Amino acid sequence: MILDVTTLLLLISAATPILFAALGEVIVERAGVLNLGVEGLMIVGALAGFAAAHATGSTALGFAVAAVAGAGLAMIFAVLTQMLLTNQVATGLALTLFGLGLTAMFGKPYEGIKAPPVPAGPLGVNAMIWLGLALVPLIWLGLNRTRAGLILRGVGENHDAAHALGYKVRAVRIAAIAAGGALAGMGGAYISIAIVLQWTEGMTAGAGWIALAIVVFAGWNPWGALAGAWLFGGVTVLQLRLQAAGVAVPVQLLSMAPYLATILVLVLISARQTYARGGGGTAPGSLGRPFHALR
Amino acid sequence: MNRRTLLASAAALALPALLPGARARAQTPATPVPAGETLKVGFIYVGPVGDGGWSYQHDLGRKAIEAEYGDRVETTFIESVPEGADAERALTQLALAGNTLIFATSFGFMDAVINTARKFPNVKFEHATGYKRADNVATYDARFYEGRAVIGTIAGRMTKSNKIGYIGSFPIPEVIQGINSSFIHARKVNPGVEMKVVWAYSWFDPAKEADAAAALIAEGVDVILQHTDSTAPLAKAQEAGVIGFGQASDMANFKPTPRVSSIIDNWAPYYIRRVGQILDGTWTSHGVWLGIGDGEVEIGEITEAVPAEVKAEAEALKAQIASKAYHPFTGPLKKQDGSDWLAEGAVATDEELSSMNFFVEGIAAQIPS
Repeated sequence: MILDVTTLLLLISAATPILFAALGEVIVERAGVLNLGVEGLMIVGALAGFAAAHATGSTALGFAVAAVAGAGLAMIFAVLTQMLLTNQVATGLALTLFGLGLTAMFGKPYEGIKAPPVPAGPLGVNAMIWLGLALVPLIWLGLNRTRAGLILRGVGENHDAAHALGYKVRAVRIAAIAAGGALAGMGGAYISIAIVLQWTEGMTAGAGWIALAIVVFAGWNPWGALAGAWLFGGVTVLQLRLQAAGVAVPVQLLSMAPYLATILVLVLISARQTYARGGGGTAPGSLGRPFHALR
Repeated sequence: MNRRTLLASAAALALPALLPGARARAQTPATPVPAGETLKVGFIYVGPVGDGGWSYQHDLGRKAIEAEYGDRVETTFIESVPEGADAERALTQLALAGNTLIFATSFGFMDAVINTARKFPNVKFEHATGYKRADNVATYDARFYEGRAVIGTIAGRMTKSNKIGYIGSFPIPEVIQGINSSFIHARKVNPGVEMKVVWAYSWFDPAKEADAAAALIAEGVDVILQHTDSTAPLAKAQEAGVIGFGQASDMANFKPTPRVSSIIDNWAPYYIRRVGQILDGTWTSHGVWLGIGDGEVEIGEITEAVPAEVKAEAEALKAQIASKAYHPFTGPLKKQDGSDWLAEGAVATDEELSSMNFFVEGIAAQIPS
């Protein structure tokens, strides 16, 4: 009675914000950029999306505005790291802190207000869940079966070679960062609009960091991101359901289970990557390295 | 105050604590605050002021102080202070800024309050829901379990599935009292009722509270009680068409349903009284535990979603508790393991309540050890 359709839906719903953010970061990292600001992008998306949905009464518009806000904030990161060649790790961390502070300030008027209801889509599941699921094969196809995807991966694997071939490394990366920001923003908005149904300061509560871990776990592959998000969402929901059902498992163990599972899988994945030769799961060659055309 | 005088006063405040024999000076006779001088009062909150629950209510108390004393007081607050080492930093910051009365408004600030109070013997501290006191540390608490008895009665009458859900924060006596009290009174009016408990291990985590509510609803629960601070469980209850109660604050945005009533913590009278005592120099350390009868615990409006006879029954119980004619923990009561706890007519002592670490008979869930 624990593993029923309701639990499955709760699981998929809990996994959706992480899935969106992780898919976005897969695109960014495949282009060779490490953006640690996912948490900041998500919280900005959560507030912008909620504010827009509240103002217009349309959740669809809320998600659209969240995507724009996420992409907009990501542009700050893009300008700093791609134009001014700042350190990507430090800039990403700063972006997270900036997003948390910014939303704490502008979020005050939205506290204690309810979100408009999310319309149910096909099979009683809201459209964002379907969109998240649809994005997985689309992004996989885009990365692996299109010319644009090939260029993006080329830029990520070896930006000097891509540059020598005449591809615009900086432009490709800025586009990837914008796409990643938009997806992270939508993931954040899913938390405020569809899960918690209101805005509260700091509400993403670390979801962005989990998304970052899942990208590594996923081997920079969209299908892996789906598996990772479901595993994490599944363990989170399952532990609450087990508690509610009164199953005699130590609660502390259940509470740490999602994090434990993430660490465990990360260890397994990195072990596999160390011992397997030439597998598809290794990090993009130019990940995190700044690119300067004159060098 | 410029930086230099701030540092100087910091040194002056910190020095006595370091000198041997300084402890005797901690007991300086209280003197009234002279007219024309401003009393600075500081607050630390565990969540954001906008949580709409626990911290929001404490902030209403702070505003009540300003309204009551006007220019004679100046208040400041620091919100979202984590329980742990960072609380000590926040308290020290307030003490160094010249606040001579500081309210620390969460259980987990306890050790930080005691440590900071030792460093600042001339600053008075008030710690909510704690039990460690000193000459300059008083504690104050509210008998939330009295309110739980009233909403437990409503919950027992309102459930159709006979399953009540309870979102707990941490397994500490304050929360366990609430679970026991609401269960006892739900069972009293509805012998078939069951209680499902989920621990969130947080006072404030909206996404987790929402997921916990969803898990309870999936388990067939149709009335949700919460001992966490955000309105997320109510939003979830509304979506699922079940009912819940305002926690710590009225949460009136969710009237008339899912929020059918609420437990309100009204800290304002206590805060006004204690600030007044600092102003006239009569403040002393104490530990108080006030309830419905003292006006510190209030029951929010019972909405039209509740049948009139249930509302009357709940209000009668509230009146009995207020007049001390009835104690929510009155025997015969057994512990969860079937052993005897209170004999017929006996009532629990405050000591027993403040160290409560067991569920009463009939609750199936286990307290995490």
